Amino acid sequence: MKEKKKSDMIISAVLLAALFVVVAVLDKRLSATGIAMTVLKKGCIYSLVAVSMNLLNGFTGLFSLGQAGFMLIGGYTYAILTIPVEARNSVYQYFDGGIVQFALPFWVGIIAAGCVAALIAWLIGLPVLRLKSDYLAIATLGFAEIIRAFFQWDKLGVLTNGSNMLRKYPSFQSLMFPFVVAVICIAAIVLLINSSYGRAFMAIRDDEVAAEAMGINLAHHKRMSFCISSFFAGIGGALLAMYQTTIQASAFKSNMTYEILLIVVIGGLGSITGSVVATFLFYACSEWWLRFLDSELMIGAFKVPLLRSGFRKVVFSVIIMLIVLFARKGLMGDKEFSVAGIREFFSKRKKKEAGS
Amino acid sequence: MLKINDLKVNYGGIEAVKGISFEVKEGSVVTLIGANGAGKSTTLRSIVSLVKPASGTITFQGENIVGKSTDEIVKKGITLVPEGRRIFPDLTVLENLKIGAYMRKDSIKDDLEWVYGLFPRLKEREWQPGGTLSGGEQQMLAIGRALMSRPKLIMMDEPSLGLAPIVVQGVFDIIREINKQGVTILLIEQNANMALKAADVGYVMETGRITMTGTGEELANNAQVKAAYLGKARK
Repeated sequence: MKEKKKSDMIISAVLLAALFVVVAVLDKRLSATGIAMTVLKKGCIYSLVAVSMNLLNGFTGLFSLGQAGFMLIGGYTYAILTIPVEARNSVYQYFDGGIVQFALPFWVGIIAAGCVAALIAWLIGLPVLRLKSDYLAIATLGFAEIIRAFFQWDKLGVLTNGSNMLRKYPSFQSLMFPFVVAVICIAAIVLLINSSYGRAFMAIRDDEVAAEAMGINLAHHKRMSFCISSFFAGIGGALLAMYQTTIQASAFKSNMTYEILLIVVIGGLGSITGSVVATFLFYACSEWWLRFLDSELMIGAFKVPLLRSGFRKVVFSVIIMLIVLFARKGLMGDKEFSVAGIREFFSKRKKKEAGS
Repeated sequence: MLKINDLKVNYGGIEAVKGISFEVKEGSVVTLIGANGAGKSTTLRSIVSLVKPASGTITFQGENIVGKSTDEIVKKGITLVPEGRRIFPDLTVLENLKIGAYMRKDSIKDDLEWVYGLFPRLKEREWQPGGTLSGGEQQMLAIGRALMSRPKLIMMDEPSLGLAPIVVQGVFDIIREINKQGVTILLIEQNANMALKAADVGYVMETGRITMTGTGEELANNAQVKAAYLGKARK
């Protein structure tokens, strides 16, 4: 058993290294503005956010819909702290260059983005985490909307540039950057889930009363899960801001949260790899593979019916309904995609073949 | 070891426990028997602070523990095996047991072996999700999970609930075995027959009050108890 575990670890490490090489090659080969690149970059960013949401919704059982709000906080924190001093006058043209007159290196900005999001989460959590299930969802959704309105408030313009966009902060061109950040963050979340804290989160999800009777401090652990989830959502928001090169609060609508929730549910609540796989599938389908449905197609003189702008979304909705109907626990359920799992799958098959 | 004095608990607007006093001596098995709604569960839940008592004192090893948080009380050495087992269905047997030891920072290897020694069946099912176990196995897991915190006092809320008679016998054998190994036990039961047989001291609870006290044997032979709980006709 131990031996196998060790070999599995090595195989996993090799696979991860191979993935790095693939990403490096893709970085060189794919056109930087092509649709494939867009999907991959968005996939990296949103898979981090989806995993952070899964930590809260899937592993701790707290049904929260505030993810877009925390991404917004992260994105804005990053942008505000990293816009170069010489660019501030043109960005904050209506607010005399704003009040922040320094610029931090980009990596400090990213970490700060997570920290500020976690801090706000802690404050919001004080009243909100006393609520349960649907009520918690409504309250967090409300807070996310308030945050969005707050960041567009004119009086805060010297900090947030009001309803105007922030721009000219450092961004990234390569695919490697979001990939590396996402891998590090997701690895951190996986380590957390496999620790005794992670077990406590899952115990709370399974049965709050029993968890409390075992001596797990519910309030403390819920708050912790909420803050950590928001921390990584904040980092995801910073990555999104970098990817877009501009950021505007009005874009962080509740739709964004629903999209992420959809990804988490499709991937499977309680499955990290499920969330990651679902993210890439989701963006590949919605932005790329189903594109052809939006353009009219003529075969000879015959015009294929139904194909017109917007039809893609119809097909996409149907696919999602089918998934929800036939794979109720999502693509992965609460299983993980792992080397050990694959080996077990094949060894079971072999046994079956041998048996039949 | 545990002393309850004039404990009153309100539960959802009604006075569920109306001033009870009793004592659990170190190393003993004490049982509270009584019908549904007598306030037995509420008493246990208030000892570990899952519900807050309205008044009265609960003293554990000379220290008043009323108002302390549940995790503090668990740390002091009291655990509750909740009614209806309430194991974590999506976690494996091993993970369930590890959660039981959550409050401890030291090594749990010996305790795992101890629990697996008491319940060999759990060892066999180490990697199975708790929800896939049978009722009896889940009860073993619930007891094992509570033992993982190395409690001085373990409180069990209806461990025989919904189990076949032969399995109930097994559960009570285990209770005696655990007691022999030095763990004090407070047991509440509707299965008065089994509980009184296992107990050194018994208390009968009726609608929030303790109405009778005695050794297990005395109560088991008491005419009133027999009529009310043991299903024998009054002579």
